[in-house]
This record gives sequence, structure tokens and C-alpha cells, in this order.
Amino acid sequence: MAASTLFEKIWTSHVISDLGDGFALLHVDRHILHDLNAMKSLVELRERGYAVRNPELTIATPDHGVSTLPGRNIDTVPEGAALLRGYLEETRRAGIRSFDMNEDGQGIVHVIGPELGLTQPGTLFVCGDSHTCTHGGLGALGFGTGRSEVIHVLATQSIYQKKPKQMRINFNGTPGKGVTAKDLILYLIGQIGADGGNGHAVEYAGSAINAMSVEGRLTICNLSIEFGAKVGMIGPDDTAYDYLHGRRFSPAGANWDRAIAHWKTLPTDAGAKFDREIDVNVANVGPQITWGTSPQHVISVNDVVPDPATAGDAARRDAMNGALDYMGLTPGQPIAGTPIDWVFIGSCTNSRISDLREAGAIARGRKVKPGVSAWVVPGSQQVKQQAEAEGLHEVFKQAGFEWREPGCSMCLAANGELMPRGQRSVSTTNRNFEGRQGPGARTHLASPSMAAAAAIEGAITDVRKMMV
Amino acid sequence: MEPFIRLTAVAAPLLTPNINTDVLIRVEPMIKVPKGKLGPYCFEAWRYLPDRSENPDFILNKPAYRSAKILLAGLNFGCGSSREPAVWALADMGFRCIIAPGFGDIFFNNCFQSGMLPIVMPVETVEKLAKLAQSQGDLAPDFTVDLERQVIVTPSGEDIAFRIDALKRRALLDGLDDIGVTLAAKAKIDAFQANDLAQRPWIYRY
Repeated sequence: MAASTLFEKIWTSHVISDLGDGFALLHVDRHILHDLNAMKSLVELRERGYAVRNPELTIATPDHGVSTLPGRNIDTVPEGAALLRGYLEETRRAGIRSFDMNEDGQGIVHVIGPELGLTQPGTLFVCGDSHTCTHGGLGALGFGTGRSEVIHVLATQSIYQKKPKQMRINFNGTPGKGVTAKDLILYLIGQIGADGGNGHAVEYAGSAINAMSVEGRLTICNLSIEFGAKVGMIGPDDTAYDYLHGRRFSPAGANWDRAIAHWKTLPTDAGAKFDREIDVNVANVGPQITWGTSPQHVISVNDVVPDPATAGDAARRDAMNGALDYMGLTPGQPIAGTPIDWVFIGSCTNSRISDLREAGAIARGRKVKPGVSAWVVPGSQQVKQQAEAEGLHEVFKQAGFEWREPGCSMCLAANGELMPRGQRSVSTTNRNFEGRQGPGARTHLASPSMAAAAAIEGAITDVRKMMV
Repeated sequence: MEPFIRLTAVAAPLLTPNINTDVLIRVEPMIKVPKGKLGPYCFEAWRYLPDRSENPDFILNKPAYRSAKILLAGLNFGCGSSREPAVWALADMGFRCIIAPGFGDIFFNNCFQSGMLPIVMPVETVEKLAKLAQSQGDLAPDFTVDLERQVIVTPSGEDIAFRIDALKRRALLDGLDDIGVTLAAKAKIDAFQANDLAQRPWIYRY
């Protein structure tokens, strides 16, 4: 048989019918609903006269709209209460397993999938959320869908897709001090642009990926959509199997052995062809920080804000000028030293236990600069419990961070937790778009340790100065 | 779904690259405002000044383009979030067709679900169309987008060919309900799952 890729193998084994012209109807193994889409999708499904075909393959959790205030309940965000009540009513009516607001297992959809063992190598995983590419970190084929596709999946447990092209990105070498998975992927986005991956399924490989933890891999895959790749994935290996072993919904007993045997057939074969291949030497990458309003607007923390005059064409120059104007920055100014008002550590990108440990290592024994609001929002109940068992919550609280409940929170400000107009944050999130953290709010994306360092300094700063 | 066959309308040029779906519809109105009423919230941050009055400099506020149903857009239009209300907001604002050098993949799919025609054209062609779409005072010229023939007809009558995948084109022309189509072949899904259950039981029983 011809050499094949991880993506190709999963795609082929999920084809229910081949419609020609590159289109196929694919089987969906796992579908996660969240509070922003569950009620409206399930109501529309019913009104159109359809039922949920496989409620047992569908999971739900509230994350986008829930308050992250300690002691929260369904009415903490009054505007969101109707959505949450509708979420509860409709998921129960449809017989869909929900991990409710303060229940074990609740958290950000892309955090709980892996940690509960629902995300597995070789699964086709969809969710009405663009960061579903995260699940590729465990060798799943995951991608985000719109509302209509969510409803189609509910009714049929399948989805129409056109087969994308394939790209492989090889991260080779050993990252330097203070350089995390987040920095590697932000650097890549800066190199290939916010549309560099459009129309492609991306596989990440190379020695830096092989040596990386599953949580780092999830962060890498999470940001695939920020350079336009709907799918990002990494071949499963012993690191992935060790991560999954014994998790709540991982295969167990004889099924574990069968699953492992299947998973071992999945990685890309030697000699398999990609439409495009990119090599990145990670030794050249420093801690990254965004300066503008697209994730491609990214520089090393020791760089200066770029000059739009260097842009290739008028449309790009105008876009850069617009971004600088929105962000209140001047070309040529060093990005380090820019004063900030907020720090947000959380989101499906960087809210896992390893992220909190990295941020905690910087916060330990230090104090948040007076006037800076600094939040830590763990990605899930499980992350929160683990962090508390390790005493990380006390480290953050003593340093002056707020320690909050799991949810998406200020990443997209769907729950009323937003930053005032004109204020500036360093956030461990995935989008520095205009208005994303609130109308007029200015967002700089960075790693958890860079965000913690900014909270201490009250300004964008090179975290390496604080590392022993 | 409303079919798309042919459209004659003003085309508004907005060639800023990487316009994301958060700009098309912010999360708050996306949650609070029903489909069909999202129009006033589309491009909210750009259309209005902080005091909520209209920004006269924003292209879609100019009298010549208020009736536009075609949007001439820049690279990577609709990148970012998967929110389908981004398409609904454009539709509620009156748009039925977007012509751009490239689209965010999820947004592109979402368009077809809501009767919005996304056309990919080389950047030079989009720039040429944008020049032809320039207004004279308060008047801008009409373009025709014909999905049956797969051509854009410029104001001077020139045909510019485009191509839409046959499957997507048919669905738009017919205004198909894809769930109905899929369930008509339900036996195929049943057969797939029965076979897959034997191969990968851990997927189904966990």
C-alpha cells in the first residue's frame, strides 16, 4: 500500500460515502456541545422535525458563558441565565451527558476532551468552536464547525467535508530558556501569516514535537486555526498513550490493548507526501508577544514594533496602521516596557496544569504590580483541583492574582467578563482581534510565564530575566 | 434555505485583509440578538463611533454603498471563530455574495449553509472589480453574479468566470436541506456504525 499520512488514514477510515470531487460524508465519533450553541441547536433540530441520532456520542459542558467568579451559580451573570437554563433543559431532554457548571468534569470543551480521555487518537472530533483543532494534539482529527453543521451532526452523526490539502511543519531542535509551545506556534504564525494554512490539514512533527508533553502539543494544535488551518494534528506515540492510560473515558481492559494496536497504525508512514512542508529551527525562537490585532502581528519580546512602511502592499500597510492605531503603539518602539493594565491566564490555549505551573513558578514569592488586575482561570474542574492540591492557588493569591472558576472567561468575553475600553492586557489566549476582550480593549498574546512576568512588572517584559 | 441563482446589485469594496468573524459580529449581540435582526451589529466597531453615531468614513455607511448586496473583500475574509452568526449578520445587512482572494475555511463552509455565495478570485481580479465598483457621487454601478452560468458580469458587460464546487453549487441553486438529503441515505450511516462498532468498540461503549 502507498505511504499514507496520519490525516489520510483517519479521513479514509471515516468515509461513509464518497461524493466525488474531493467531497465525502464522514462519520463523527465525538461531538461536544457548549452553552453558546447547545440550546439553540437542539431547539432548531427539534423544530425541523429531527432527533439526536447518537446522544451517547455527544457530550456537553457549559464554558463560554459561565461566570468564573468564585461561588458562582446559574444567575451570577443575569444575561446568561436563560442560555444556561436552556442548555440544561435541552441537553437533558436529548439524553446528552453534560458536565454541569460546578460538577466534576466541567471545563473548557478543549480542555476536558483530552483530560477525560474522550479525545483519542484516530477519532473524528467536532465541536461548534474553531479551536477544536486542539484535539489533534492526541492524534485525533478535530475541527470546528458552524451552527448548521452542528445541527447536521446532531441529526446524522456525520458531516460533509471537502478533503483539504496537507502540510507538515517540522519543529526541529531544542527550545531555549523561557521558550514554550505557545512561543513556537506564535513564531510560526508570524512567519507564514494568518492565512498560511488556509485549505490545509496540518501535521506537526520534528524533534521538538517528539520531546514535547501532550499539553504542549495541545497548545500547538490549538493555534492551527490562527494561521487558517482548520485541522492541526500530531502522530500518537508513547507520550500520548501514557497520557491517556487510566483516564475516565479512555478504553480499558481488553479494549485498551485493542485501541493501542489500532493507534500504532496511525502515524504518518515514511515517504508519505505532503502538499507543503516547512522546517522551523526552534533554537532561533525567543519568547513571543503580539503587537497588533492579528496573531500574525507577532515579534520576539526584545524586538521593536514594526513599521508599516515595510509592508508589501497598500492593503497590508493600511491594516498595520489600523492595528497600531487601535493598539496605541508607535513603529520602532521597543515592545518590552509597554505598561499594561490586565493579565489573563486561561483559555483553551493555555489553562492546563503545566501552564499554571509555568506561570506559578514566576509568580511564586513575587507581587503583582499595584494597579494591574491579574486573573488565573483554570481550564477545568480537574485542573483547578490539581492546582489546589499542589498549592498553586495559594502561590497566585499571595502574589495578588485572582484565582477563579473554570470557563472561557476573558478570552472572548462572552460572559460579561471583559476589559474596559483602552486598557491593555497580556493574555495567554489565542486571539488579539479588535474588541475580542471587550470593545476597545487591547490584547497582547503570550505564554503563561510571559503573562505572569508582565503582571509582576506591570509592563511587557522578557520572562527570562526572572528565571533562575 | 433560500436558493441563490442570480443577483444584480451594487458591490462594496472593503479590501482590508484578515477581517475576522469577531469584527463581523461581536459575541454579545451574537448571543442576545436573534437571527434576522443582526444587521445593525455587523461591523459594529467600525460602523459606529464610540457615541454610537455612524462613522461617516466607513465605506458601508456611504450613500453609494448602502444598498450593496455584493461585498468585495480582502485576503482571508472571515478568519477566526466558527460563529455562523457572522454570515447571518452579513445577510441581515443585505449581503448575498462575497468576492475575495481567500476565506477562512470554516466561514467559507458556513456561507453555503445560509444561502451566501462566497467566490474566490485572484487578488488582481478583486482589485480590478473594486476599481470598477468605485462610486460617482452617491451612485455606484451594478454587477451581476450568475451562479447558473458561473460568471460575474461587470457594469460594462464583461463576463468574468468563477467556479464553485458542483455539489455546493447545486445545493445553493436548489436551496437544499442537507439533513434531509443525508437521512435519505440513513442505511449507509447504520452500516458504517455497525461495521465500525466491531472494529473500534471503545468508541461506542465507554
